Amino acid sequence: MTVEPRNDAFVAFEHVQKSYDGVTLVVKDLNLSIAKGEFLTMLGPSGSGKTTCLMMLAGFETATHGEIKLDGVNINTVPPHKRGIGMVFQNYALFPHMTVGENLAFPLEVRGLGKAEREAKIKRALDMVQMGSFASRRPAQLSGGQQQRIALARALVFDPKLVLMDEPLGALDKQLREHMQFEIKHLHDSLGITVVYVTHDQGEALTMSDRVAVFNDGRIQQLAPPADLYERPENSFVAQFIGENNKLFGTIEELAGDKALVRLTTGELIDATAVNAKEKGGKTLVSIRPERVEFKPEMMPAGAHTIDAEVVEIIYMGDILRAVLKVAGSDGFVMKMRNTLGQTRLAPGQKIKVGWHPQDARALDP
Amino acid sequence: MAEAATELLTTADGRPLKAALAAAQSRAKRRAFLLVLPLLLFVFLTFLVPIGYMLKRSVEHDGFAASAPALDVWFAQNPGFDPANPPEEAFAALVQDLARMQTEKTTGIAGARINYTVPGTISLFKKAAREAADLVPPYKEALVAVDPGWARPALWRAMASASTVYTTEFYKVASDRKLTDDGWARGGDKERIYLYLFVKTFLISGLITLICLVLAFPIAHLLATLPLAKSSLLMILVLLPFWTSLLVRTTAWIALLQEQGIVNDLLVGLGVIGDDGRLTMMYNMTGTIVAMTHVLLPFMILPLYSVMRVIPPSYARAARSLGATSWTTFRRVYLPQTLPGIAAGSLLVFILAVGYYITPALVGGADGQLISNLIAFHMSKSNWSLAAAIAAMLLAAILVLYWLYDQLIGIDRLKLG
Repeated sequence: MTVEPRNDAFVAFEHVQKSYDGVTLVVKDLNLSIAKGEFLTMLGPSGSGKTTCLMMLAGFETATHGEIKLDGVNINTVPPHKRGIGMVFQNYALFPHMTVGENLAFPLEVRGLGKAEREAKIKRALDMVQMGSFASRRPAQLSGGQQQRIALARALVFDPKLVLMDEPLGALDKQLREHMQFEIKHLHDSLGITVVYVTHDQGEALTMSDRVAVFNDGRIQQLAPPADLYERPENSFVAQFIGENNKLFGTIEELAGDKALVRLTTGELIDATAVNAKEKGGKTLVSIRPERVEFKPEMMPAGAHTIDAEVVEIIYMGDILRAVLKVAGSDGFVMKMRNTLGQTRLAPGQKIKVGWHPQDARALDP
Repeated sequence: MAEAATELLTTADGRPLKAALAAAQSRAKRRAFLLVLPLLLFVFLTFLVPIGYMLKRSVEHDGFAASAPALDVWFAQNPGFDPANPPEEAFAALVQDLARMQTEKTTGIAGARINYTVPGTISLFKKAAREAADLVPPYKEALVAVDPGWARPALWRAMASASTVYTTEFYKVASDRKLTDDGWARGGDKERIYLYLFVKTFLISGLITLICLVLAFPIAHLLATLPLAKSSLLMILVLLPFWTSLLVRTTAWIALLQEQGIVNDLLVGLGVIGDDGRLTMMYNMTGTIVAMTHVLLPFMILPLYSVMRVIPPSYARAARSLGATSWTTFRRVYLPQTLPGIAAGSLLVFILAVGYYITPALVGGADGQLISNLIAFHMSKSNWSLAAAIAAMLLAAILVLYWLYDQLIGIDRLKLG
């Protein structure tokens, strides 16, 4: 999909293409505008072009075609050191031969700031990441999380308007990662900076971002706030890439507005919302989130189509129960049930009927 | 808790923990030691023993002491004799020893030993030894009649010194001192060849190290950053010299740089220089520097490469994104991180250059000789002790450099690839 660049965009990609070898395009006609103060995440599998986009924005790769604008100015030919963009790298890239203080002083020294001003800024930046007492340490003496904080402080110490983050939390363990997600988000809110964040971790993208751009095959598949992305995926790639997802293949039998009746390849009829399969008789892939699948008739809308299912396995996960069902001939259909006091306990082999609200089943491209 | 910590820890059956640990590991340790034993023996036999032998030779020479027992005794009993006027007993002992040398055919060895410190004395010894049996007292006058050289104080000083097996004379000669009639003194300006060559060797080696560093740095950087297919090709080009004989490479430089060589022909052909103005780039210092730089370049490239290879490109990117120009990035971020490689390569090239023999010998002519060529010269003249003394001084100088390196940079930061 394409988003027409807004005139007030802080960062704008306009028809940007990138090829490394002159044979294949890594980024295909990218159009993206990022508002001032926005937290935008580029999410996608490896090789989807998201890091290339970030590197073009930072100035380490040149766009083969198209324009990249920062604050309304074309920066295609501006060298990286004149772009004034802060960057946090995946491996932190803290200079190992300098102390933490010297690392932070580096961007200020090359800008010709005086000693007093440098020290004030360094202190402020270190306090910001709660590392005030570490200025004289070497990066090698710090833990991964501490190094990450210093890298963050270094990218922020010279007050850039735009900060790029290239999978900055990839090397941290889960707990620390979640904690740092919160801190980065908090810094973004309090400093009012614009952040472009690259990750392949969808959880990270959903929790931190104002908007998420899902990349695949060199294109943005969907650009939307996290809730829209999860609840209203626009194509089957996004539906499958974000969160857990049940897939049902079929053809569109009836179409009234965006209400669709889909006949599955095994013959059953189900209700769905037509998203980008808008042709009667056309093939479609219906996507349903496991937590939106119901098996109690009272939870389904009146007159909803139901479909026969057989319980294959029940997995106890603490807060939820996960039922693996055999539906429409395949046994990979998942249903999630809240582990409440009155919850009906299903047993393997049990035959049930499952259904859903039509707006939760999205008929997408096959 | 504090008391428990100081208590001796024991195993479950009451043995001290330390002893139990040592016992448990002793077998593995013995096996590991046996595995390195052949190497230890090899290093000992082929490296430490020859060096020790060399050091011993530099302070020991029994050529005279073993052939002149009577003089040995006399010198030992009269340590404070006057070399300008040795007494009759000394001459008597000398004649006795000369006669003995004649019968035992050791005149040459003894004469050569004295000849090292007082040149031109071998003939003196040979002539006197032939007539020694027929000489009659007073021996002083008799010997001086054979050759007036026997009255020279320098000769007597030399014999007194040579009458003991151990001596520092060779080190004195190697530091440009000579034995005069009044004792050891500094040689004249033109005779000071050893220290001059030492200084020259170190300066030239430093220059070659510098040229190698300047040439190797970009190559190593390319090697470390090019895509694999191209960097492998480049690596082969770097290693190619290792697979060709040193003689072939040096001879190739002769073909290139001599007066009728390719480079001169090309320059004349292009009209840059006239046919009568052909450059002398071979058989002088230029030839030595060019050929040695070529030979030693890989020793600079490889340590640099090994260090540069592990510097992630994200450091340079980080520096650029923080606002540094490419020059500042190089100077403040990249260069400091290559320092262990620069230090290792420089140390390696410098030490190799200081002891280099074959290239200066082949292409250096008279002007391009280094200290190792002088060592080889003395070995060829069978003056092993002097050669050993110069070599020991070279070794000492290198050890001092090594120590300095350790103090300044730290030997643990050395990365040789």
